[in-house]
Amino acid sequence: MKVDFKHIQAAHCENGVTTNLLKHIGVDQITEPLAFGIGSGLFYVYLPFLKINNGPAIAFRTMPGLIFKRTCKALDIPVVRKTFSSKENAKKFLDAMIFKHQPVGCQVGVYHLSYFPKQYRFHFNAHNIIVYGKENESYLVSDPVMENVTCLTEYELERVRFAKGALAPKGQIYFPKENTVVTDMQISKAIRSGINRNVRDMIRIPGPIAGVSGIKYTGNKIKKWRTKLGLETAKLYLAQLVRMQEEIGTGGGGFRFIYAAFLQEAYRYIPNGQLLEISTLFTQSGDMWRNSAVQAAGIYKGRLSEQNDFDIMADYLFEIAELEKKAFTELSKIKW
Amino acid sequence: MKKTDVPQHKSSLNNVTKELCYAVDETGSYTKNLSTGWDIKASALNVAWKDIENRIAHAKEKVLKGEASPVLFYMELKLMDFSILSSYTGFFKWTIKRHLKPTVFNKLSHKKLKLYADAFDINMDELKDIRFNGEDTK
Repeated sequence: MKVDFKHIQAAHCENGVTTNLLKHIGVDQITEPLAFGIGSGLFYVYLPFLKINNGPAIAFRTMPGLIFKRTCKALDIPVVRKTFSSKENAKKFLDAMIFKHQPVGCQVGVYHLSYFPKQYRFHFNAHNIIVYGKENESYLVSDPVMENVTCLTEYELERVRFAKGALAPKGQIYFPKENTVVTDMQISKAIRSGINRNVRDMIRIPGPIAGVSGIKYTGNKIKKWRTKLGLETAKLYLAQLVRMQEEIGTGGGGFRFIYAAFLQEAYRYIPNGQLLEISTLFTQSGDMWRNSAVQAAGIYKGRLSEQNDFDIMADYLFEIAELEKKAFTELSKIKW
Repeated sequence: MKKTDVPQHKSSLNNVTKELCYAVDETGSYTKNLSTGWDIKASALNVAWKDIENRIAHAKEKVLKGEASPVLFYMELKLMDFSILSSYTGFFKWTIKRHLKPTVFNKLSHKKLKLYADAFDINMDELKDIRFNGEDTK
């Protein structure tokens, strides 16, 4: 049983699942940057009381699940979303969908994902894949971050769908309910609301740990890491920051390049020159995030070790915070 | 990032996939590009794994000395922490902390041990004596 399904590689898993599922139901305009922007995917948060893999909990993107949810909502596409308490029911439902030629998005854990190399398999439960068929007791899988499609046995898929821990997937399945045609007008409207929501999330969100203030907050923390944690732990923390920012699934520069690409694509629907100008600010920001990663690498590789080197790292973040504040303020001022 | 600056370094994904990233061409327009990896992030991942290996080695030493139960070793080996292990086994975090004491661990029922063995994906012999497990030396 195989669904006629086109796999298109993406930088980020949830963008990719959203894009590929929407394309499948006839939303021809959708691209990865559009899905990311309409879903207001860009974010920053540092959760000071939480630790992930013994390091700081930092995210450069919005909560898992929101990009698909918001993008579909903005385009008036009804969604089916289901979680399961029983593994048998989860499998039955999936098989029934495939029998109906319905490709579905699945939330999975990465730790048991057999086609990933071991070095990448942490207990991270917010990965997304599409299951689009079944042949010889194996599920056909389109993992958007991979160049090619792959497959998982029944046991392997059950295991990743029922991974445990934070953000446990509980067999979650989701897909757009019916075929739809979306007009360019709807896309423009969705772009505007996506941008407005992202402005809110980045510069109007209260509290010090999220949005642009969160970047500044992290800078202040980094200044203290060397004395507070000791050099060795501080190195680990910086390495973790760089991984959250650059690892596979981010498109590099902490998703900033995808957002810059989104603003360029938005211009095709809303020909306002400001979008292109602001896009270059996000490109700059992505480049600065990458420069900061080079500085961080100097520290965690052991080439740099003085307090001054941590201060320089923090200064990068302060500069980025200023730049992104400027970019979002300008976005907020656009007269649509 | 410029298209020409998209890094093409070695990474552990090399035989698996290239990754997609967005970069600008000569005219400033965004294009999709494939990258084989970036040494900066490859070394960040190495730092993380070095730390994991240290933790495993340290846990192994403690277990062999009789200062901790095998639960500690397998928790580190399987990259878990108390909350992940708690969610796989159904034990409270404080219960697991108690089970890290060899004296408590040695008195656990077969049923409880089985929960740990399943969570760690190992057999009972391996769970009771970490010398039966060769995974960390691989």
